[in-house]
Parts: sequence; structure tokens; C-alpha cells
Amino acid sequence: MNIHEYQAKQLFLHYAIPVPDGKWADTPESAAQVAQELGGEGWVVKAQVHAGGRGKVGGVKLAKSPVEVAELSRKMLGKRLVTKQTGAEGLPVNSLLIEKTYPIKRELYLSLLVDRGTERIIFVASAAGGMDIETVAHETPEQIISVPVHPAAGLQGYQCRKVAYALGLKGAQIKALGKIMQGLYDLFLAKDASQIEINPLIETDSGELMALDAKINFDDNAVAAHPEILAMKDPEQEDEKENKAEQFGLNYITLEGNIGCMVNGAGLAMATMDLVKLKGGLPANFLDVGGGTSVDKVCEAFKLILSDHSVKAVLVNIFGGIVQCDIIASGILAAVEQVHVTLPVVVRLEGTNAEQGRALLSNTGLNLYAADDLAHAAEQVVALAKEAA
Amino acid sequence: MSILIDKDTKVICQGFTGKQGTFHSQQALDYGTKLVGGVTPERGGETHLGLPVFNTVQDAVNDTGATASVIYVPPFYAADAILEAVDAGIQLIVCITEGIPILQMLRVKAAMTGTGALLIGPNCPGVITPGACKIGIMPGHIHLPGSIGIVSRSGTLTYESVHQTTAQGLGQSTCVGIGGDPIHGMNFIDVLSRFQADEQTKGIVMVGEIGGGEEEDAAEYIKAHVTKPVVAYIAGQTAPPGKRMGHAGAIVTGGKGTAEGKVAALKAAGIEVVSSPTDIGVAMKGCL
Repeated sequence: MNIHEYQAKQLFLHYAIPVPDGKWADTPESAAQVAQELGGEGWVVKAQVHAGGRGKVGGVKLAKSPVEVAELSRKMLGKRLVTKQTGAEGLPVNSLLIEKTYPIKRELYLSLLVDRGTERIIFVASAAGGMDIETVAHETPEQIISVPVHPAAGLQGYQCRKVAYALGLKGAQIKALGKIMQGLYDLFLAKDASQIEINPLIETDSGELMALDAKINFDDNAVAAHPEILAMKDPEQEDEKENKAEQFGLNYITLEGNIGCMVNGAGLAMATMDLVKLKGGLPANFLDVGGGTSVDKVCEAFKLILSDHSVKAVLVNIFGGIVQCDIIASGILAAVEQVHVTLPVVVRLEGTNAEQGRALLSNTGLNLYAADDLAHAAEQVVALAKEAA
Repeated sequence: MSILIDKDTKVICQGFTGKQGTFHSQQALDYGTKLVGGVTPERGGETHLGLPVFNTVQDAVNDTGATASVIYVPPFYAADAILEAVDAGIQLIVCITEGIPILQMLRVKAAMTGTGALLIGPNCPGVITPGACKIGIMPGHIHLPGSIGIVSRSGTLTYESVHQTTAQGLGQSTCVGIGGDPIHGMNFIDVLSRFQADEQTKGIVMVGEIGGGEEEDAAEYIKAHVTKPVVAYIAGQTAPPGKRMGHAGAIVTGGKGTAEGKVAALKAAGIEVVSSPTDIGVAMKGCL
């Protein structure tokens, strides 16, 4: 789960991680008022969307007066911001973060994440902040330092000093960075984060360290234990269909093609998408209906797929394990009738009673095709989608 | 012989009296698995499915001599269940549970270091030696005792591989679903090394997916240590970056963990990689 930058910075403050003076606003007037209250001579107006790369597309602007803050806010609010991380549709700008500006001496990078290889939480830091860290990692890997933390020992002082010296910090800054790292580590554990990123962490002219940006992702498996984090969820920043799927216990991801896919199991769902592509088609979605495949779930799955108007044909691929194929087939049949599916639907059923299942789906008078194997099913659905397009 | 389990393996079930535990324990008994009891705290002394229920794993081990355990407890209790099994000296722990918080798994893995216990999963279908012992949620009847070892991160793609190798008349020695979570127990190499050492196993099917670097590590290992034919398939070639594809571990981040990268690494190691999931069985037969 993602949250907004302003929410992440509120969490930072709870863990004594310094952030710029700033406040949230959702109208040009309140934005100007916030600037007035903050005082100073310069402000930054930051569009609050769940994506990086805002600066390059006008989502982060500097202002020299509260009037200018209001003007910039008016231009940003209500628009959709398209960054390299959002896809072509972009994300809605419904709120802003207004902050005081600070004289920047250097931009650093600091993040914390779970590393699968070492099975540890690791800190990643670089003196090359403010840039895309993946580019830095690729082009100048020597500019990146990573420090794994043992879960039993926790973060140690020497690890913080190691990072501080690698970043070229001195004197009081060494302790300041240690405090920031400890705060990040405590926050990570307390709230079940999966990644925290500060890019950039700035060193001001006076030598202070401050998180100029803040990004936190949370572990979807743990967020139920943190109602205060769940309350920060902003559904408008997420795909409507994906939100809806979640309500019904379905795993759905929107893609760009025109062949809807409904599959049981995440691995088989990915494999089915790949197969559609291999046969010359393009999948419209990833959809894992899970093990049970009840009529209700299949109905909801069809509704989701059909709500994407680019879909021209649907491929249902079910490997009937414990649940028998004839039962699954009657479920699909009921769902197709209930939801009034008129698009061609190719069904591949394998497992116990597969023959009976296929028989149930044949000669129904509906636009249903019972395929005898997966390869043929994929070929058939691609052909049907091309016909309909 | 098979790997990890055989017809004599004594198994207990944690979360025995719950809905999932009950259903799959009955299926395991019907398959012929030597399920010898189960654990549900505060239900010790009862009988369930004709088997004894114990309060603790230690009680179950003391009384039955079980060496393997299968876990069907909810996600927020699963870490505790795994560590209880480790503490009681269980050698093979199979955790089916999906949705365990990743930080809990980090601690579990650190705590398991040096204990010698093996963990399969979590978020996996389990392990089966066809005709001998089934531990997990896989449909038993699609399997056929035979010569192919199967290792996979995905449940349904394991079944798909089983179905195809059965259809080819090859059958399976042992099938291990290592699970779809980013932090998990046995990895590809742990299983591949056992298949290489196992006489019954003549060929190996390895099914990977996007996310992480275990397939790349396995490619290196196979090149250096595995002489048996390996057929690989990688799911997720059409998956968009930054999106979690159902499994917690199936995500491409920062350009890492892509299907192309994994396929390239496997091919570079001389492994046959099929581009269609429907070609696994045929390709395996062709390699033998």
C-alpha cells in the first residue's frame, strides 16, 4: 500500500526525522494561507500523487509569494499528472503540500527496504541524491553503499557511522544521520513498511540534514494490523477496477490489450497472459479468481473484465484441482447467464471430470467455446478477438 | 527413492481442527499419507478424523514420533506455528498459509539458522511423492509415480507440469512447491541438489516467475552441479513492472527480476527454456 508524501512526512516527524516546515492544502486559497503562515521568502508547491518523477512534469514548482503559490496551486489542482511512473492516464492531483524552501548544499539518497537475497532489511545510501537511484546503481555502482541489519541485533551505531562517512558527513552530522537511520528503522518495524525512500535527503547550507522528499510503501500482508495506516489509503490514486477486485477477494491488474483473462492461481494467470501474447494477442488484464471459484466470484470476475470496454473476447483458464470441473463449468455457465455476457468466451478446463465440464459448456446457445487444451484455447480466443475488433 | 518424504514419513497437522486443516487432512488420509495426529491449542485429548489432537507440537512429536508438519493456521499466527515446529524438532515444515507479513518471515528465517529444520513455503501447495505421501493442498489424483522431479514457485503451474508429465507417461518422483512469497524456506537450489542426488529422478522441471533472483542463482548452480536434464519455464513475460502479480514475490522492481533476464540466464547455462507453458511435458520427454 502507498501513501502520499505529506502523510509520510507526518510519520517521519513522529520518529524525529527532520522534514521541511510545511502543510497540506486542497484549494488555491488555503495553499496561499499556508504559505503565509509558514513565513519565509520562498515556497515549493508539490502535487500529491502516488508516483515519482513529479518534478520533471510540472508537479513540483517554486513560488516567491503567497499569490504565486495560489496561482500555481490553481494550475495543478484538479488536473491529472502524467509521470514516467503513472502510465498514460496519469493520476489526479486532489491535494498539495506547501513547504518552505531551504538553501541546499548537497543532495543525498537514503532508503530502507527488505532485500530478498540476503533476507535482511537493508539501508541503501548514496552521495548521488536527487537522481534516479536505479540509474546511479547501473552507471556508477561504486557510489552506492548498502548495509544489512540483522533482525536480532537491530541497527548498530557502527552501521550508521559507516553510512555517514560514506556520504562524506562530518562532526555533528554523524550523530544526526544516526538518529535519522534509527528513526527510519523503528518506523519500518513498527508500521510493517516494505520500503522507505528519502530522495533527496538534503544537507542545507548550515549543515542540517532534512528529508526533502518521503516515500513509504507498506506490506499489504500486514497493513490490516495497522488501522492508522489503512486510514491513509487514497483510493483515487489507484485503479478503480483493482480496488473493486480487492473488495471481492480477487486479484486483478489492468493491462492494455483486448483479451480478458480469468484464471485460477497467480502463476497460471501470468502464464495464460504470456500464452495469449505468444499466440499473437494482447491480454487486457491479470486476474486470479483463487481456489474456490464460486458462482459469486466468477460473476464478479466477469463484471470486472467486461467493465473494460476494450475487451473483445474472454479466456477462462481453470485447472480444477480439488474442485471438480463439472461443478466449475456449471458455475461459469450460471455466471455467463447472470451477467449477460455476450462477448465470445473460450473456456479451458482441466482436472477431475474435465470431459463432463466441457460437455456442460457445449451447445448452450451462448457465445461459449469449450476448448480441449490450453494451446488451442489461446489460439481460439486470439482469433475471436481479431474477428470482433 | 524420492526426496524429502516417502511412504513412511509421519506427518502432523498444525491448525488440524480448522476448516482448511480438516479438509486437507482428510484428503491426505485418503491419499495414504501417514498423518498421525494434529495440533490445536486447548483441544488436546480430543479425537479428530480418528486421530489424536495435541495442545502443542512437542506433545504431538513425543507421542507420535512425527518428523514432518503441515501448517494451515491464519497468516498472523503462522510465524509462531513454524517456530513451534522448529522448537519441537520437526525436520520438515510445510507452511501452506498465504499472507504472512514479510517482517515476520525475516525473523523466522533468522531464528531457523543453524537448527537444521527444513521449511517449504509459505504460500505454497506443499510437497508430494506420488503414491506415497501427500503433504499439502495439491490434487492427488493428477499425479503418477515416476521419474520427473518438479520444483515451482507457483501452485497451479506445478499442477500444470504434473498434468503434462503424467500425460507423457513420465510421472513424478517428488513435486515441491517452494511458494510465491519473497522470503521463504527451501529455494530452487535446495531442491535441485536433492533431485540431482536422487536415483529415481531422471529429469527435472523447474517453474519460475518474475521477481527476485533465485532463478538466476539456480541457473549458475545447474550449470556447475546438475547433470540431469532440466526443462524450465518462467511466468510473467507480459507482466508490467512495479505491479505485484498475485504472489507477494512476483514483482519486477527497479528493472530487476524480469522474465527476460531469467530466461536469458537459464539459456546461458544451457538449460532448455520453453516459451509456452503447454510445452513443458513434451520438452521434458524430448530431453530424456
